[in-house]
Amino acid sequence: MSATTVQKKQSSMAKTIWLDYGMIVILVILAIVCGVFVPGFASSFNMKSLALAVSMTGMVACTMMLVLASGNFDMSCGAVIACSGVVAAVVINKTSPSLGAMSVYAGIAMALLVGLIVGLVNGMVIAYAKINALITTLATMQITRGMGYIIGDGRAVGIVQEGFFKLGTGSWLHVPIPVYITIICFIVAGIVLEKTAFGRNTLAIGGNEEAANLSGIRVSKHKLKLFVFHGLMAAFAGVVLASRMTSGQPMTSQGFELDVISACVLGGISMAGGIASIWFAVAGVLIMGIVQNSMNLMNVPTFYQYVARGLILLLAVIFDRYKQRR
Amino acid sequence: MSTTPSDYLEFVNISKQFPGVLALSEITFGVPSGSVRALVGENGAGKSTLLKILSGAHPPTTGHIRIDGREILFENTSQAIDAGIAVIYQELQLVPELSIAENIYLGHLPTGAVFVNHRQLWDMTRKSMDLVGLGDVSPGTKVGRLSIGQRQMVEIAKALTRNAKIIAFDEPTSSLSSRETDVLFGIIRKLREQGKVIFYVSHRLEEIFEICDSVTVFRDGNHIRTTRTMEGLTRDAIVKDMVGREINDIYRYQPRPLGDVALRVKDVIGPGLASPVSFEVKKGEIVGCFGLVGAGRTELMRLLFGVVPREGGTVEMSGEAVTIHDPTDAIRQGLMLCPEDRKKEGIIPGLSVQENTNISARRHHKRLGFLDQHWEYTNVMERIRELGIKTPSQRQLVKNLSGGNQQKVILARWLAEKIRVLLLDEPPRGIDVVAKSEIYAIIYRLAAEGIGIVAVSSELPEVLGIADRSLVFCEGELVGEVLRADATPEKVLSMALPRESNHARAGDAVTKGSA
Repeated sequence: MSATTVQKKQSSMAKTIWLDYGMIVILVILAIVCGVFVPGFASSFNMKSLALAVSMTGMVACTMMLVLASGNFDMSCGAVIACSGVVAAVVINKTSPSLGAMSVYAGIAMALLVGLIVGLVNGMVIAYAKINALITTLATMQITRGMGYIIGDGRAVGIVQEGFFKLGTGSWLHVPIPVYITIICFIVAGIVLEKTAFGRNTLAIGGNEEAANLSGIRVSKHKLKLFVFHGLMAAFAGVVLASRMTSGQPMTSQGFELDVISACVLGGISMAGGIASIWFAVAGVLIMGIVQNSMNLMNVPTFYQYVARGLILLLAVIFDRYKQRR
Repeated sequence: MSTTPSDYLEFVNISKQFPGVLALSEITFGVPSGSVRALVGENGAGKSTLLKILSGAHPPTTGHIRIDGREILFENTSQAIDAGIAVIYQELQLVPELSIAENIYLGHLPTGAVFVNHRQLWDMTRKSMDLVGLGDVSPGTKVGRLSIGQRQMVEIAKALTRNAKIIAFDEPTSSLSSRETDVLFGIIRKLREQGKVIFYVSHRLEEIFEICDSVTVFRDGNHIRTTRTMEGLTRDAIVKDMVGREINDIYRYQPRPLGDVALRVKDVIGPGLASPVSFEVKKGEIVGCFGLVGAGRTELMRLLFGVVPREGGTVEMSGEAVTIHDPTDAIRQGLMLCPEDRKKEGIIPGLSVQENTNISARRHHKRLGFLDQHWEYTNVMERIRELGIKTPSQRQLVKNLSGGNQQKVILARWLAEKIRVLLLDEPPRGIDVVAKSEIYAIIYRLAAEGIGIVAVSSELPEVLGIADRSLVFCEGELVGEVLRADATPEKVLSMALPRESNHARAGDAVTKGSA
């Protein structure tokens, strides 16, 4: 092999590494810069609150990654979080007199049922009726949000069973439980995407749906499963959030779906489908979290924070576009 | 000579090079004003490319166009339109939601201060609609409500309002009724009297004898001949010019022993087919499917593979009836399809060679949903070696491979499966000769292993070169079957060409010009 081809190979390898892990590099640099320049960023207290702050986005980003990888989209997850939290609260309170501490499980089960139903509806309409995912999930978002208000009677529902609060407020080795849950979700989603036929088929569908169909992948069934998993995950996140807030709040997590999608796209997951990696999701979620956390520490007014986050997202999608053209 | 000083429009030494393919090679010919010129040739002979160059959609690689003695180079389609050129494609370029008037004047609607002047617009439109026989339709009618034939007339009216001097029709009658065709021919004759230059592209040779004054024949991107008149020409003579070439031996055909029936298709009907189709494929047999574009071959393959639901008919494999609702069912039965459009339906461009190769067969090897990493690696490496796929590594993204290697990856997908019948839709389309002959070698090998093969092609030499037996399709119908021994290019092409326009295929209508 001649010297020039070796060079070429090396430069293309560098390019691959940059494209696959570039965001992780940016994340590390960002973390170091913030650690040095933002007062209080590196304190253990701030680290804990940062981890807790990104744990919700992290969990839902895991399944959102899979949905995006298949070339789809879900706007309803914020509403599912709110509705499932309210359902958990209401069911726990109603069954508490008869079931006692066991009512917690009944509450969680019913909350997950909310996610299952919304996921099924999204999946059926998108995969089988072949309606655009954006419109479908916008509709189910509003329906679910409305159901949350109806079930909660328009107000936050305080939860009576204190055992339920361990899930969101407990900690182990000084690390909050939701952070462990998020880490487990990342690991599981990473394994599903990389090591299972389900994950590879997801990418194949996102990469070329027609080719995936002609290769014997049952595309509609697969999409249905994706939306069901995603609905269940959002509902579970709703349970964790309700536990943290010690109440089910129908007005919570407005615009949460946009945070999750932004984080995924920022990390490098393609909106067009077919390109995804768990590292992208991790990087996107943490970069978004660190930026927001640092802005809070520096007392940047909320209005400016919106502008900054929007600009970051815009840069990220332009970067995404450039990557697709490679 | 193909050009004379009196010619209004001349193509001079036009060549067009696409990546890997020379689509047109030094085309030189001219057309005088006030005449209708037929452009004929097999699929891929270069007619469409020439029209695209004329319309400014593609610049020629070399050569130029001369109009009225002046050399002209179009950089885009609007320049061509300004120069008086209108190309009316098979897929019409109209907006169904807009009115006839709006469509005709799209881009230069007459406006008052701000708003569109509808009275003026309608008056202007009525005039041009009268010219094309749409006088009884309101200019405000939405185009989406018109019949295909009427839409074509709108397209012509649009060309006329732009003062087109050169009008090209690409397969204009393929969706017209016989009455509409008569109207169209009337308009074409009127345009000829007005001194326009008309190009008429059609596979229907009878129509060419009816409406055209002269003919230019293309083959493999070459200009074969231009006549100045239709006198003395016969259908057979044109067909011969279209076929002309020797079938060179990139095919290396080898006869094989044939086994029992592998696939029996009975009365299958569905979208794209005009009448039920029945045929058989034996184990080890290569059955070719020939037809012009739109003859229904691809549609048949998609019906058999379960991509599109069948409306009727049965499919048997090795003597047993099989139920196929979707491609997954077909694959489980050992019926595989390599689709026509490699980029759109075949490869997953953003995934690696390994992913693309293992996508289907991995289901036999996964455990609890987890991939068998050892099998994933050994399978792809084996296929790369077996098929000679040229790739730097199994991790290379498929989009970075050449067309021939992408095609091999699609074939590789099925090789780890138990194939009983393999449907190949245009196996070597758009790839170079070496890769082609490699793919043929793979096809022979699979056939020798006892797999029944159906090879669809719109390249006549290919079908004749590799098939033991050929099915010929025309306008959604299986019109005949030719054994290898009897298959001459003239015979097969003649079967594939529509006999009479407008579906009234009355026996052997021969020539009109020679009579």
